[in-house]
Amino acid sequence: MAEMTYLQAISDALRTEMRRDKRVFLMGEDVGVYGGAFKVSLGFQEEFGPWRVLDAPLAETAIVGGCTGAAIMGMRPVAEMQFADFISCAWDQLVTIAAKQRWRANTPVPMVIRLPSGGGFSGGPFHSQNPESSFAHIPGLKCVCPATPEDAKGLLISAIEDPNPVLFFEHKHLYRRIKAEVPEERYTTPIGKARLHREGDDLSVITWGAMVHTAGEAAQKLEAEGVSVEIVDLRTVMPWDRQAVLESVRKTSKVLVLHEDTRTGGFGAEIAATIAEEAFEDLDAPVKRIAAPDTPVPFSPPLEKAFIPQVDDVVAGLRELAEY
Amino acid sequence: MATETAVDVVMPQMGVSVSEGTITRWLKQEGEQVEADEPLLEISTDKVDTEVPSPASGTLTQILVQEGATVDVGTKLAQIGGSAAGGEPAPAESPQEPATAQAAAESAQASSAESATPTAERVEEAHQAPAQASETSEPSGNGKAFVSPVVARIASEHGVDPSSLDGSGKGGRVTKKDILAFVEGGGAEQEAAPAAPAEPQQAPEPAAPQQQAPAQAQAQQQQQQRPAAAAPPPQASGVLDQAGETLPGETVEPMTAMRRGIAEHMRRSLDTAAHVTSAIEVDMSRIVAVRAKLKKEYQAAYGVNPTYLAFVAKATVETLRDYPYVNAELRGDSIVTRSFVNIGFAVELQDGKGLIVPVVRNAETMNLLGLAKGIADIAAKARNKQLVPDDVQGGTFTITNPGGYGTFHGTPVISQPQSAILGTYALVKRPWVTQDELGNDVIAIRPIMNITLTYDHRLVDGAYAGRFLKALRERLEGWEGDGG
Repeated sequence: MAEMTYLQAISDALRTEMRRDKRVFLMGEDVGVYGGAFKVSLGFQEEFGPWRVLDAPLAETAIVGGCTGAAIMGMRPVAEMQFADFISCAWDQLVTIAAKQRWRANTPVPMVIRLPSGGGFSGGPFHSQNPESSFAHIPGLKCVCPATPEDAKGLLISAIEDPNPVLFFEHKHLYRRIKAEVPEERYTTPIGKARLHREGDDLSVITWGAMVHTAGEAAQKLEAEGVSVEIVDLRTVMPWDRQAVLESVRKTSKVLVLHEDTRTGGFGAEIAATIAEEAFEDLDAPVKRIAAPDTPVPFSPPLEKAFIPQVDDVVAGLRELAEY
Repeated sequence: MATETAVDVVMPQMGVSVSEGTITRWLKQEGEQVEADEPLLEISTDKVDTEVPSPASGTLTQILVQEGATVDVGTKLAQIGGSAAGGEPAPAESPQEPATAQAAAESAQASSAESATPTAERVEEAHQAPAQASETSEPSGNGKAFVSPVVARIASEHGVDPSSLDGSGKGGRVTKKDILAFVEGGGAEQEAAPAAPAEPQQAPEPAAPQQQAPAQAQAQQQQQQRPAAAAPPPQASGVLDQAGETLPGETVEPMTAMRRGIAEHMRRSLDTAAHVTSAIEVDMSRIVAVRAKLKKEYQAAYGVNPTYLAFVAKATVETLRDYPYVNAELRGDSIVTRSFVNIGFAVELQDGKGLIVPVVRNAETMNLLGLAKGIADIAAKARNKQLVPDDVQGGTFTITNPGGYGTFHGTPVISQPQSAILGTYALVKRPWVTQDELGNDVIAIRPIMNITLTYDHRLVDGAYAGRFLKALRERLEGWEGDGG
């Protein structure tokens, strides 16, 4: 085991797979000479050469289209969008071509798109979004949202191994803030399996990504008040671990669904609907959602703080549920 | 413009993912004049080391955070202008100026966006939503009337009338806990304790406390990682409080983050590895000759100095190929060997202020020129504070070179989790017993270098280390070619 930041764990996973499998290569804006906007691929071009660490032009369509073609021909491309927000430029290649190829022609598309996502640093409307629910809605795409360094490494390796296009949402706010022990050897973390971040009896929080840590802080505050909170970290949003969610709901009967993405049509809505359909007779309170309001992400630090769910917001929501 | 009102100097956000920074040096002292954009202090973060320019012109009235302290982004570090008394720490959301090219680059993309700020009403409206929801979800009239789905199910399973119970929920609603307590108590218990155990079919799980432990450990760990963040603005006297009384003639300075790291690592290495040192004397005559020939060529063609260290490193990399355990690691119960060599080189920073061990990766792929250049590059980066985290990670073997000061022997400490460290010492002309072409013993003047290998005896045996050193010596003494 070695202590790694979330960012180092991602680098480690990429390096591990590139050393192991010559089909794996990187493509993205500034991933080569500059080492990536966040330095995830720093030193990669020196180690693996310019043909395996490709600096692409500022054209997300070309990056995703090129990677789709390479994947169809048997390579294992890993594309980087400099910010997750920019993936909208590649919508057509991703949604029309990559996601449907397997159904249309029975050809696997083993491609990963890394998406630095999330806010909390005044990046404004173009550099802070969490667009996972848009892509979770597209059949054929997988959406992975790790919250810890260990999961970031294991899930990225799983994503590279996966025969389908996988969107890997890595939360920028966690890059250097979250450090933990990570196994140094190669391992995989299954896509579609939730992780019990914290066990509790009275309330369940269903969440993923950076909000796992927000929920964790809120749960500690509630613990001081005698309320025991369970936190289910989904880890992957598509496919998502219904069984783990329903088990937790049956245990506590009171559920908060929490995400950093905006509220309406966010993936929390799908989770809440599933709970209502499949665990109605186990509910002791309405399913509660906490999410960002339906606006673009503001630049202004106070407004952004009001926009992204904070620990105090979650504490208030949990108290309300506990008192119900 | 000169400032009459106070302007705060805050720890800048060095890139979107950096949360804290360490003050390495104040370039101005309290009471000094400073111009806007003039370098005011130096900071060190996970991502970069840099100077912070002054946000305004005026007198530096107050320094609130001393050198060596690590604080969160946004923490007020000093005040320019105003009176020295108004030194309340600034709230975290005080505006920050990106201070370096790095931060500027990351935010430059952000600033390309239009300033389409959502209206305050919109956000406010969204934030009122939960409150409204809770109002509407409050049952009208008698709260006891509302029976939640789970309570209805338990009631029908056990033949209980929920309306006959006292509820502890909102508006007197009967909660799942209430009805479970009633059922468990055989109907005798009317009121459930707020922290009653869960469903009867779920026996209390003995695993629960253990499973919570990691979460707590993680929380503690996070606290440990940010000692300065939780503390009030550090002051010089805070150091004395911890260190105890000082005697006349003693001076006290805070430990830098680097010194703390070195202290922890050195202690841990000695607690981990079974250190043993073996030494060998190497006749460097051939190397001296080859180097004299190559020096001019390398300097002229590539601007690179083929140092003795580069020669030793090259020979070491080749020798490690035949002695994989010297380039290995004990990982748990396993021994991990490698087909690659990432060599760390111990580089001293200014004046005993610490050392750093940047790594030349995949040294096995480099010729002498490549290695010489690689060593020079990382040493320059280390001294100019341009190293990034990946430059100092992933080493598999380390070379330390204290010979520049004339020392002829040493016992360096292994950089964990590696299994050995090579020490190179002063190249000295010494009388040397050798043989002439007829096989007679003669005394000659030869340039001799002592080389030590300090190894972890848990993994590397003495004889193995001895053979490694012998092979290394033979490679250096019999150096062939130009180093290809």
